[in-house]
Amino acid sequence: MSSIWTSFLEPFAYQFFVKGLLVATMAGLLCGLLGVYITLRGMSYIGHGLSHAVFGGFAASSVISFNYYLGAGIWGMASALAINRVSRSRRIGADAAIGVITTASFALGIALLSLYGNKGPSFDAALFGSIIGVADTDVWVVAAVTVFTVIVVLGRYRALLFSTFDPDVADVSGVRVARTDALLMLVLSLAILATLNIIGVTLVAATLVIPAVVARMLTDSFSRMLWLSAIIGAVGGFIGMNLSYHLDVPSGTMIVLVDAAAFCLVLMATGGRGLRGAAGLDEYVDGPLSLTPRATPSQIAP
Amino acid sequence: MTGTLTQRTALAELDDVGFGYDRRPVLDGVTLRLEAGTFTGIVGPSGSGKTSLLKILLGTVHPQRGRVTIKAGLRVAYVPQLETVNWNFPVTVAECVLMSRPQGIRWPWASATERVEVHDTLDRLGIADLAGRHIRELSGGQQQRMFLARALLRRPELMLLDEPTSGVDVKTRHEVLHLLGELNDGGLSIVLTTHDLNGVAAHLPHLVALRTRVIAAGHPDEVISPAILEATFGANMEVLAHAGMPIVVEGHHRHARQA
Repeated sequence: MSSIWTSFLEPFAYQFFVKGLLVATMAGLLCGLLGVYITLRGMSYIGHGLSHAVFGGFAASSVISFNYYLGAGIWGMASALAINRVSRSRRIGADAAIGVITTASFALGIALLSLYGNKGPSFDAALFGSIIGVADTDVWVVAAVTVFTVIVVLGRYRALLFSTFDPDVADVSGVRVARTDALLMLVLSLAILATLNIIGVTLVAATLVIPAVVARMLTDSFSRMLWLSAIIGAVGGFIGMNLSYHLDVPSGTMIVLVDAAAFCLVLMATGGRGLRGAAGLDEYVDGPLSLTPRATPSQIAP
Repeated sequence: MTGTLTQRTALAELDDVGFGYDRRPVLDGVTLRLEAGTFTGIVGPSGSGKTSLLKILLGTVHPQRGRVTIKAGLRVAYVPQLETVNWNFPVTVAECVLMSRPQGIRWPWASATERVEVHDTLDRLGIADLAGRHIRELSGGQQQRMFLARALLRRPELMLLDEPTSGVDVKTRHEVLHLLGELNDGGLSIVLTTHDLNGVAAHLPHLVALRTRVIAAGHPDEVISPAILEATFGANMEVLAHAGMPIVVEGHHRHARQA
């Protein structure tokens, strides 16, 4: 027992691991929190798409030796706003808008790196995440984005909830839906950008979607889903990073596998009831109260 | 929207309003006056411009022609069609009702005053004990009451409802109409759209028949006539009288007679 404990504590002696663990836990919390809005808006694919779009900015800033965070951030934000704009037009669905804009951006990134070579951060780390590539700057960036996201989610809680539940009614009820959507896209772009090195382009979508889906299977309340998803994401990041060190597997891969294991556990524990709820397969249920009309409609007319 | 109650305060006035999509006119030359305390039903077939008219009153679309005058500071609430709502969304009744206070920096949790307001509004509509329920667990009538509660929490002067009885059973339709009648008696101005002539329109105090243009406006006895219905719906309909109310019967189909 003591040898397991010693083995568990061993990596904590290394600064790179502690930094990686901190970033992975915060990244899990961040993605878990934002994933709730993304999945409920039917935009699960946006995490996958935006991470690929950010990769275009990553490559472009690498080619011109520009600051990675700034270059990829501007690129990602522009892509997110373009997706939001195109999908709101209703002529093209959100999935198609994401597919066109983000894959084009990813292809451009690959073309730039092929033509001019990579002068910036590791290509592999950007794709699959890395435990050793975490610098002090990364810790501070993820911490700042996490704090900013929590402030946005708490301070704009009702506007975000209303515009996610029913954007049309929210629009006529005092919510500036377009501005709220843009704010969410900004926070999402920042989150993907900040977590790219630790989780990787190819896997960041899973950390956005899986914790939110697991939380949805466990509750029917929005506020509970929000904090449950954040906790599941954070725990997934913490355990995944530890397993990544001990098994020598890329960090993003292990974080996603831990999240997926949580999904399977909850699925078994709820016997599929949670999944039916999450997928909208529940049958219509009559409430306990049967309200009897106190007058017939004809009595309304004067 | 009546020409007989001119002494009342006008909440909204539409003067020769025109609106359309892709050069296709949806509304053309619509002139209406909506007065405080009225209960108006807008009837017409699909694509007749009912929803566009509501959107103009809500200010979410702007007419391409004509003039719209809305009373300064008018508080408007909107109740959507039940069929357009995602009932699987993870939200409880209380959470849904509280959405109507979204402006500015709002914390996730309700203030003590808001909790009392939500409870009182739900209680007024007879669903206070369902506050903690998931919205999917409500019956059709309870779901409509929840949305009415959300709208009422905005303390509106004017409530707009888009097909409030669409897709609900007869009992729920009676409940909803009765409830709206009570709210109107309490001074709330109401405009609803409907294509249900017998179940809804015939029971309302005032109707507007719309088919891109206003075909007729007035009491159901005046609006529900074979000529006006044919001009509005483009179909042959007969009107019978039962217990002092008009009842619309579809005209005979030739193939039905042959059968």
